[in-house]
Amino acid sequence: MAEIRNFTMNFGPQHPAAHGVLRLVLEMDGEVIQKADPHVGLLHRGTEKLAESKVFNQSIGYMDRLDYVSMMCNEHAYVMAIERLLGIEAPLRAQYVRVLFDEITRILNHLMWLGAHGLDIGAMTVFLYAFREREDLMDCYEAVSGTRMHATYYRPGGVYRDLPDSMPKHQYSKWRSKKDVDRLNERRSGSMLDFIEDFTRRFPACIDEYETLLTDNRIWKQRTVNIAVVSPERALQLGFTGPMLRGSGVEWDLRKKQPYEAYDRVDFDVPVGTNGDCYDRYLVRMEELRQSNRIVAQCVDWLRSNPGPVMIDDRKLRPPPREQMKGDMESLIHHFKFMTEGYCVPEGETYAAIEAPKGELGVYLVSDGANKPYRMKVRAPGFAHLASMQEMVQGHMLADVVAVIGSQDIVFGEIDR
Amino acid sequence: MQGIRSFIKTFLLWELLQGLWVTLKNLFRPKTTLNYPEEKTPQSPRFRGLHALRRYPNGEERCIACKLCEAVCPALAITIDSGVGADGTRRTTRYDIDLFKCIYCGFCEEACPVDAIVETRVLEYHMEHRGENIMTKDKLLAVGERFEPVIAADRAADARYR
Repeated sequence: MAEIRNFTMNFGPQHPAAHGVLRLVLEMDGEVIQKADPHVGLLHRGTEKLAESKVFNQSIGYMDRLDYVSMMCNEHAYVMAIERLLGIEAPLRAQYVRVLFDEITRILNHLMWLGAHGLDIGAMTVFLYAFREREDLMDCYEAVSGTRMHATYYRPGGVYRDLPDSMPKHQYSKWRSKKDVDRLNERRSGSMLDFIEDFTRRFPACIDEYETLLTDNRIWKQRTVNIAVVSPERALQLGFTGPMLRGSGVEWDLRKKQPYEAYDRVDFDVPVGTNGDCYDRYLVRMEELRQSNRIVAQCVDWLRSNPGPVMIDDRKLRPPPREQMKGDMESLIHHFKFMTEGYCVPEGETYAAIEAPKGELGVYLVSDGANKPYRMKVRAPGFAHLASMQEMVQGHMLADVVAVIGSQDIVFGEIDR
Repeated sequence: MQGIRSFIKTFLLWELLQGLWVTLKNLFRPKTTLNYPEEKTPQSPRFRGLHALRRYPNGEERCIACKLCEAVCPALAITIDSGVGADGTRRTTRYDIDLFKCIYCGFCEEACPVDAIVETRVLEYHMEHRGENIMTKDKLLAVGERFEPVIAADRAADARYR
């Protein structure tokens, strides 16, 4: 009788550790992986094609839904591409607001990643703590844009609305003592910037807590150290970006190398790993949390002392203020024209890339001079990372696949688009 | 010396105990959870939830069937038919929002020149039957009537940012 050696098995798409809809076809030799074949496309929604039939501004909301754990960063790349084609620049305050929210998004994303990665490998507690801090940042999202996730907040030429002067507060109820509600509301007494500042002061201690739980933990180390080692040369060849590339020891960060918005005005360091294994990528992301926290604190300081417009004054590219629109016929016509036709973007093509939490997120935009994009292409960092799955897991055990998926920080919204 | 220390720590399960100490400390901290649905998380006046159509204080419908929201909706979730109302003005005879299509981007509210269509704070709603996802004009007006004080207060609070 012929001996059956290799065994093909499906990992996902309903596996809880598959981070959404990843389907991996694994060829196993016992418990060792011989071949891993990721199947993509289960979350394909045709965002790129959809954008071709919509006025430029109308696609902003769909960008949130690409990488659905780092919402505003996706908007940022898209909005920046439009701005490059138009040849405009957002006011400085808007740039700072964008940097602020990009970094808040980075913290959100890394906390989500940390929770999910920990949960995948078997550390439940860190998930609960990470989500506790995420809640505060989600509140910032909601206070500024009106939704906890899909913000639709960035606009070409700035951001929709300025930061609010007050934070929503907890209501008194019979379920909780007045003293307790007051304690919850203590942080919310000031403006939104005060709330964020309070967060930046608390957050380093929280990161210390996560690190106490994981960094030296022998189980954590057994699961991550020397798993899926990628050499710096290979990482570059595979098209890695973001923490994946930096974990392998290549110092590459678009925020430093091609500063956009106000990133050249803030002070931060770029953490770099040495071994390029899952553990180093973990360490890099943990340090990025601290650095993001630093940037957020600097932005809060700047924003507090520099009030001003958060949207350019070019009336071709923004609707008139509501007050004006209601009182003045010209403005009303302008409002109608803007909302229905949008604006025309000069003929040309551009590539705008930002350092999203997962890596280089780029939007390649071609315009034929109409009010809709001729073609929009999203360069998703996760796609290149997922493509290296075969190389990263070959020779490792089945359980390590979960650690590798976690450390790649895969989100299918952006891979399948 | 360093080697000996780490050797001892390995046997003492030092880093695991440190982790357990963190969880123990958290056990005695005030809880961060809320008793939903009795208690709710704070909601910002900018919140974008279920849609509503508003009326003027004298009871007149605000919507003038200009169809700007229909035009601006990225998801094509809004369908409007217009006609002449009882008082001879231009009114909607049909105003449908498909809640399954809607992406809650808030563009309709941004576009509306008369503040008729708004997204309210309501986030807990459900459908039990097929077709209930279509918010008809009557349903939208009913939501608007029910929450008008909150809606008006929220718009007033956010007016200066828009």
